[in-house]
Amino acid sequence: MTDALTSLDRPNSYIGRSVPRPNAKRLLAGRGRYITDLVLPRMLHVAFVRSPYAHARIVSIDSAAAKTMPGVRLVAAGADLAKVCKPWTGTLDHFKGMKSTPQLPLPLDKVVWAGQAVVAVVADSRALAEDAAEAVVVEYEELSAVIDIDAARAPGATVISPELGDNVCFHGKIDTGNIDELFAGAAHIVEEEFHFGRHTAVTMEPRAIIADFDPNEMRLTAHHATQTPYQFQDIYSRHFGIPEANVRVVAPDIGGSFGMKLHVYHEDMATVGLSVMLGRPVKYVADRIESFVSDIHARDHRVRARMALDAEGTIIGMDVDDVTAVGPFSAYPRTSVVEGNQVYRLIGTPYRFQNYRADLQVVFQNKVQMSQYRSVGHPIAFAVTERLVDLAAIATGMDPVDIRRRNLIPDDAYPCAAPTGYKFEALSHHACLTKLCAMMDYDRLRAEQAELRKRGIYRGIGIASFVEISNPGPAFYGVGGARISSQDGAVIAITPSGDVRCAISVTELGQGTETIVGQIVGEHLGVDRERIKVITGDTETTPHGGAVWACRGAGIGGETALRAARKLKENVISLAGSILQEQPDRLDMRGGWIVDSDTGRQRVELAEIARIAYFRSDTLQPGTQAQLTVAQHFAPQGYPFAFTNGIQASHVEVDVETGFVKLLKHWVVEDCGRVINPLLVDEQMRGGVVQGLGAAFFEECLYSDTGQLINGSLADYLVPMAVEMPDIEIAHVETPTADTELGAKGCGEAGTAASPAAALNAVNDALAPFGASIAQLPMTPARILRALGRI
Amino acid sequence: MSEQITINLTVNGEDVSQTAPPRETLVDFLRTRLQLTGTHMGCEMGVCGACLVLLDGRVVHSCLMFAAQASGSEVETIEGLSERGIIADIQEAFHQRNALQCGFCTPGMLMTAYALLSQPGVPSRDDIRDALSGNYCRCTGYEAIVDAIENVARARAAVANGRQVEEIEG
Repeated sequence: MTDALTSLDRPNSYIGRSVPRPNAKRLLAGRGRYITDLVLPRMLHVAFVRSPYAHARIVSIDSAAAKTMPGVRLVAAGADLAKVCKPWTGTLDHFKGMKSTPQLPLPLDKVVWAGQAVVAVVADSRALAEDAAEAVVVEYEELSAVIDIDAARAPGATVISPELGDNVCFHGKIDTGNIDELFAGAAHIVEEEFHFGRHTAVTMEPRAIIADFDPNEMRLTAHHATQTPYQFQDIYSRHFGIPEANVRVVAPDIGGSFGMKLHVYHEDMATVGLSVMLGRPVKYVADRIESFVSDIHARDHRVRARMALDAEGTIIGMDVDDVTAVGPFSAYPRTSVVEGNQVYRLIGTPYRFQNYRADLQVVFQNKVQMSQYRSVGHPIAFAVTERLVDLAAIATGMDPVDIRRRNLIPDDAYPCAAPTGYKFEALSHHACLTKLCAMMDYDRLRAEQAELRKRGIYRGIGIASFVEISNPGPAFYGVGGARISSQDGAVIAITPSGDVRCAISVTELGQGTETIVGQIVGEHLGVDRERIKVITGDTETTPHGGAVWACRGAGIGGETALRAARKLKENVISLAGSILQEQPDRLDMRGGWIVDSDTGRQRVELAEIARIAYFRSDTLQPGTQAQLTVAQHFAPQGYPFAFTNGIQASHVEVDVETGFVKLLKHWVVEDCGRVINPLLVDEQMRGGVVQGLGAAFFEECLYSDTGQLINGSLADYLVPMAVEMPDIEIAHVETPTADTELGAKGCGEAGTAASPAAALNAVNDALAPFGASIAQLPMTPARILRALGRI
Repeated sequence: MSEQITINLTVNGEDVSQTAPPRETLVDFLRTRLQLTGTHMGCEMGVCGACLVLLDGRVVHSCLMFAAQASGSEVETIEGLSERGIIADIQEAFHQRNALQCGFCTPGMLMTAYALLSQPGVPSRDDIRDALSGNYCRCTGYEAIVDAIENVARARAAVANGRQVEEIEG
């Protein structure tokens, strides 16, 4: 007995197939090449003197002693670097009224967060640079620090940047009208005040850059651990006055990024500036403490929200107030408003209701800058929405599944739009919910929960629906004036031996970009993927493109690869038709051969076509010029974003004596459209879920009243460990986007989008018998005990 | 600071004699002087496990000791284990199960896996999760790593059982 053949059984049918990543073997042998590993001839190292104050005036800097220390080649402060680097300002035009201050690599006269780099010391080794940094004396005059989000906006508050007038970076409002009347007439109103702590990416490899400026040719090569090399090529060119074509950004193996490594950092700009000043390579690798005080942080929101329902349990509207604090200025070039913008536009979006009012205030404070990190805004939006849905279930006496069935947008209601403006092409909330309940055996878990409660065991079940922004078009950044591309480019060629090279602008971070591009190209060219070389991460060898962020790699990069392969195939078939004296439409490519498309009969090997094209063009028909290299660009058109959707469930057990939570199991049903490689999609999902669970239970950047980060080490800042994490079961519903031929949407952020919401609901479900509830993340044991009234 | 001392040790089976400052950590020594960059530095305080190496057969944090303290010892890094072929089945299981993404934590994970799987018996999933709790991974969420190690443990046990059966039947 053999199973029926499926489309996956055709030769080179790679799309939809779980195949491992060819480039992972190198990493498994310890032969990864990260920036931290790279050594260049005559390379110097930089260490930074950092501010001990959250807010202070720089009175004086004395670096005389440091300059005489062994191995020291340069000591530079703000004014020195200002001569080689133009300032940057993190605003976008489409956030009306947003404001921020110009930034320089190092400050001229004032520090605005504790840990801000003030003086750069360049020496022959990092150790010598650190020795000399200790000898730099900076005198400060401390100013009162703005820490609390309400104090920041209070009358008479210290204004961090007096030239801006106040500490409000952005104020946004959405109002569909008549919200007060709607709430006045509602049968049920549920409300809550939520607090979301700051947390940070904690990539295992910290930020790293080697800037190598050659004054002879005015060339800058930046070996930079980033997910967006083209964005940095543009920035280095503009801010250092180097022609764009002379700036090369190389991003080899990257030890984790999660959105954190696509922002402009002062130290990175300083490192480039120092190389420009010295004409030698300069390396900067953040140590772990520097990472905590200088990598972007994320979240930090206080959301007051209420939801109105009619007597039947139908949600009729929401009213939201979100305040978020983003540090002393807005990040560049993507700004610090995007997260808040996504919070107040994503709230409620899985549901049908159309009445919505929301107020967003983004405020400045003396903490490190905040900006985009994996699943920007989503975890907050869905924790708020889904907790209120659970509260509504309690208020109406409905089961959490039933109230979602009643209110989720029906699967046949598309296309449709959210009251916040987001447009949905086609989603599958109900199919996902049904699949989830079956997968987790919901009814059995509820029965078990009731049984265990009698024995003093408190388990909770939490469910959370979500949508996720993916495949962003130019409406995301381009319209706001940022030079961040929403298109990608690929150059694809048949080599003389009949192999395939595809150089593409989407980048590899271990999520599997090169693998899926190889799968797509292999499928469309009918070539074994072992014969396809995918090249990424170097502006010198790949065309310009947006690279990877906001879940665009598979959907946009994948479509670029598909179209490039199509175009190349046309050329190959046309050439083969000429050589074989056959109509091109009767030919196809399969298994590295040109075949008869009807019968599959092998006519000539692809390698033979390539040999003739490259070495025996004299045998081609007169006028035939073989084109075995093609270029293709693709930018999404149609919907501004390809939204994905899904649902998650968390099963927990709360020890009500200690406040500790045991995560028993987690489930995800996710619809990212066409799944190119199920193995990789599932691992994106699991990794994303765990980062969300970190935020839900462990991760928080804690600050003192004076703005000192008090847990900036990996011993004090808790990240999820293997022993604490549950097994995660994953299933899919596939609703391909019709905006592309490939049909793929993003999947990298879905896990993080709703795992905190599911966990929040699960813990509250477990606490329900005590009449206790919690609305603050992370849900630490102390906070749970406080919710229980035990401390 | 500029004082140098001579350090003699064996690294991946090769005799090494190098001078280094007394304050240089073993991880810096391996990475910068010997270019053994498979050993990574993640936290510099013995928490994350990216820097794990074998010192005289025991798994240690190379960020928590000075290179000078390893003088006279035998050190083995991921490069050594890999080239010796002794973890080939673990590497293959990690590859097939996609038990790594960025790969930065992976050499440390493999050190822990190697040590765990050198113990007798088949570890449970809980045992594996417990053993891995000195190794941070931000990409995978750990489950694939647990799966990969479990797969190797079972495969090795099956081979061992097969051998026993052969011996009994033979």
